[in-house]
Amino acid sequence: MNCREFTEFLHEYLFGNLPAAERAEFDKHLAECPWCVAYLDSYRKTIQLEQAAFATAEDAPPPVDAPEELIQAILQARARSS
Amino acid sequence: MEDTVRGTRAPAAVADDATLLARMQAGDDDAFEACVRAYSGQLLAVARRILSHEEDARDAVQDAFLSAFKGIGRFDGLSRISTWLHRIVVNAALSRLRTRRRRPETSIEDLLPHFAEGEHQIDPPAPWKATSVAILQEQEARDMVRGCINRLPETYRIVLVLRDIEGLSTEETAQLLDTTLGVVKTRLHRARQALRSFLDPYFREGEA
Repeated sequence: MNCREFTEFLHEYLFGNLPAAERAEFDKHLAECPWCVAYLDSYRKTIQLEQAAFATAEDAPPPVDAPEELIQAILQARARSS
Repeated sequence: MEDTVRGTRAPAAVADDATLLARMQAGDDDAFEACVRAYSGQLLAVARRILSHEEDARDAVQDAFLSAFKGIGRFDGLSRISTWLHRIVVNAALSRLRTRRRRPETSIEDLLPHFAEGEHQIDPPAPWKATSVAILQEQEARDMVRGCINRLPETYRIVLVLRDIEGLSTEETAQLLDTTLGVVKTRLHRARQALRSFLDPYFREGEA
């Protein structure tokens, strides 16, 4: 396995979608290649960062209410359509 | 990977889904209003993640509620109202996005790894700081990551938002985008790689 192959399929490796033999190939490459170790770690952190950027913290206030004008527009549109 | 930030936390005002659903199915106007007031904030947040224009996001929320109310008689109540509405607003937002998407997309190729003859990356990856994720407690850092996501070509951004942020499965995403599982998987991987390239200057070790 080379870096190109590792990079192309690392998401399959990361999320456990590979047969044992192929997984072993990835593990072997990682043991020899610090660049791919760094790439894998940064790829994993990228996913964590995108989710953290939108996640609501446990102690955060509830989501902001929609503007009243939007709520009224929805209620009026429903009244017209029913 | 099925992590989700989907709106499963019901607002306090709507503690009982079954009662609210029964009242809406009986045509109770107050119940419809309670539903709109309880969930419109969450749905607007979802629509804003998919659509960049505020007006489009609001229109998508309105479309979603009208569509949901029209089909209220067919909703069996087996899932939570928030989950049901989430799916509907994603659909409504994607419909709006399709009517908006007319400008040509930039290529993602420049943001993907490039390889030398020896099959190593031409720009070898550097380790990222151990504290990369922890700094997301700062609003400025969250805004920066969101800004990087918004710089992705639309075709890729939308897959990343649906899968990684809205928590939809590969199957659900493929169905909503009318494409194959393989295309969703490939676009998601490319989107993450491209986002990684945008984030790299901020998080590699040795950078301020």
